[in-house]
Amino acid sequence: MKTVFTRTATLKDCPTHYCPGCGHGIAHRLIAEAIDELGIRGRTIGIAPVGCAVLAYDYLDVDMIEVAHGRAPAVATGMKRTNPDKIIFSYQGDGDLAAIGTAEIIHAAHRAEQLTVVFINNAVFGMTGGQMAPTTVLGQVTATTQKGREAIGEGYPLQICELLAVLPGAIYIERCSVYNPAQVRKTKKAIKHAFELQVNGAEGLSLVEVLSPCPTYWRMTPAKAMEWIEKEMTKTFPLGCLKSFELTK
Amino acid sequence: MCGNEALAEAAIIAGVDAYFGYPITPQNEITAYMSKRMPEEGRVFVQSESELAAINMVFGASATGKRTMTTSSSPGISLMQEGISYLSGAELPAVVVNVMRGGPGLGNIAPSQGDYFQATRGGGHGDYRTITLGPSSVQELADCMSLAFDLADQYRMTVVVLADGFLGQMMEPVVLDKKPRRKLPPKDWALTGAEGREQNIVRSLWLGEGVLEELNYKLQAKYEQVQKNEVICEEYEVDDAEIVVVAYGIAARIVRSAVNKAREEGIKAGWIRPITLWPFPTKQINRAAEELRIFLTVEMSCGQMVEDVKLAVAGKAPVLFYGRAGGSVPSVDEVLERIRQLTIPANKQKVKSKK
Ligand SMILES: Cc1ncc(C[n+]2csc(CCOP(=O)(O)OP(=O)(O)O)c2C)c(N)n1
Ligand code: SF4
Ligand SMILES: [Mg+2]
Repeated sequence: MKTVFTRTATLKDCPTHYCPGCGHGIAHRLIAEAIDELGIRGRTIGIAPVGCAVLAYDYLDVDMIEVAHGRAPAVATGMKRTNPDKIIFSYQGDGDLAAIGTAEIIHAAHRAEQLTVVFINNAVFGMTGGQMAPTTVLGQVTATTQKGREAIGEGYPLQICELLAVLPGAIYIERCSVYNPAQVRKTKKAIKHAFELQVNGAEGLSLVEVLSPCPTYWRMTPAKAMEWIEKEMTKTFPLGCLKSFELTK
Repeated sequence: MCGNEALAEAAIIAGVDAYFGYPITPQNEITAYMSKRMPEEGRVFVQSESELAAINMVFGASATGKRTMTTSSSPGISLMQEGISYLSGAELPAVVVNVMRGGPGLGNIAPSQGDYFQATRGGGHGDYRTITLGPSSVQELADCMSLAFDLADQYRMTVVVLADGFLGQMMEPVVLDKKPRRKLPPKDWALTGAEGREQNIVRSLWLGEGVLEELNYKLQAKYEQVQKNEVICEEYEVDDAEIVVVAYGIAARIVRSAVNKAREEGIKAGWIRPITLWPFPTKQINRAAEELRIFLTVEMSCGQMVEDVKLAVAGKAPVLFYGRAGGSVPSVDEVLERIRQLTIPANKQKVKSKK
């Protein structure tokens, strides 16, 4: 029999704590595959956020650190500046990166830190019970926007990619999703590219935003959640590469 | 050299690999000095976007096994408390210098000792301690940098160097030499990439039942070792003293002059100067309280260290306090007057003041 698919080495063989249909697991696998395909496991250091993915080090078999809520880009800066030969990535949710850690991500990009950021936008604070995130779309019902989010008073959805793309220090910014296999493949390519840039010493920050399902707090079935990303979420967060950086061969 | 520059150069001599900081008066000389000297040495300097970021950059660099530090003054140190709590939970070594200024709030930029509680109690959340050093001269400030890094590495703790605006700005001759270093344990916990070994994880989240409690007991055991082994304090003429003045940092220098003058007047006065504020010289002060004598604590605050003095004296003797707050500094004469009031019987004082 021919093996057509296996678990990649950097993804640990263990049960997951994520809810059924959660997007975090998919993103973890894509990161692990990118690391293994680039052969950088031995020199990669990952940063886990505060959020549902706080235990990312239980799944990703690289050196990892867990940091204070939102501070990953600052921690990453401390690591990369002192270890320019290492590959440093942060994995952050939308509460972590777009609410409490907005200053840190903007300034890491602004300083052109050579980092790879995987930004999981699931439009809610998953870990604390599905409250509004800066990325919650207008009209979306969450634990803290029970009548649906209204722009005035609760704010407009924060478009991080658009915000970062204008900074010269951000060199590669792409928004992807995982709502179907084709999108998963695109996301994989983007994540791998974001690592590749760092491996090749490209001078700036790379960020891949992943529109990711949280069926639990969207109160949807996993299938419905995927459909909601495609039909609804992408209206506020259009997919695509906002800023590209090609490596000269 | 001013104290700020002296401590910066001393940190470089002590082998600091990376400095992260955000400007704030009265310690701006450090950031400026480091921005020039660290790159000259091929080491890392980053002016961060905030103290929140600075302490987290320290967190990152420390996790990879590097010697790293940040410096700030009171309001900035408040912002760092989250980071210090995380450093403590993750058992990462770090050196934090606080060149204290007047508070609360934005306060002022004058020298103060108002952050003693924050430094010695741990201003962040959770059951943790930071080793706290309270130097009282530019020389001592410089000398305590290599000690701070060694202590941080040996115990995997945050070491706070508690200076004040006076010490930071003051010019004094200073000898910067390489002091012999401690033999330190290898940093096999550091994140260096998992090549050829299992992954290392630096974390402070422990969800399993009882696991965090275990960690806390482990931390406490470590803190007990620090209390047992690392107390430093200085005493002067305590043996026959009827009054012992306790002070640290720049206040201790004022006290020294006041005590000398009191001796000249025939008052049996002495002083105790804690150099480590945590661990506090509890035993030394308790021993001094065996004899019946008065303790006077002098601080540039409304009375913070005096609580530790009271705990140390444990009710064996009266403990009084004299302090100036909000960036004001007690004068030698004010302290001397307090010493007189507490030692010379009231009737004689009257006669004296009539003269
Ligand atoms: C300083 C601080 N404030 C608040 C929290 C509580 N908290 C934990 S996770 C979280 C939000 C996480 O949301 P997100 O980053 O979107 O991650 P998700 O769980 O959705 O993947 C919050 C507010 C915290 N841990 N620390
Ligand atoms: S709450 Fe949402 S983000 Fe968190 S694990 Fe469950 S599905 Fe995933
Ligand atoms: Mg989220």
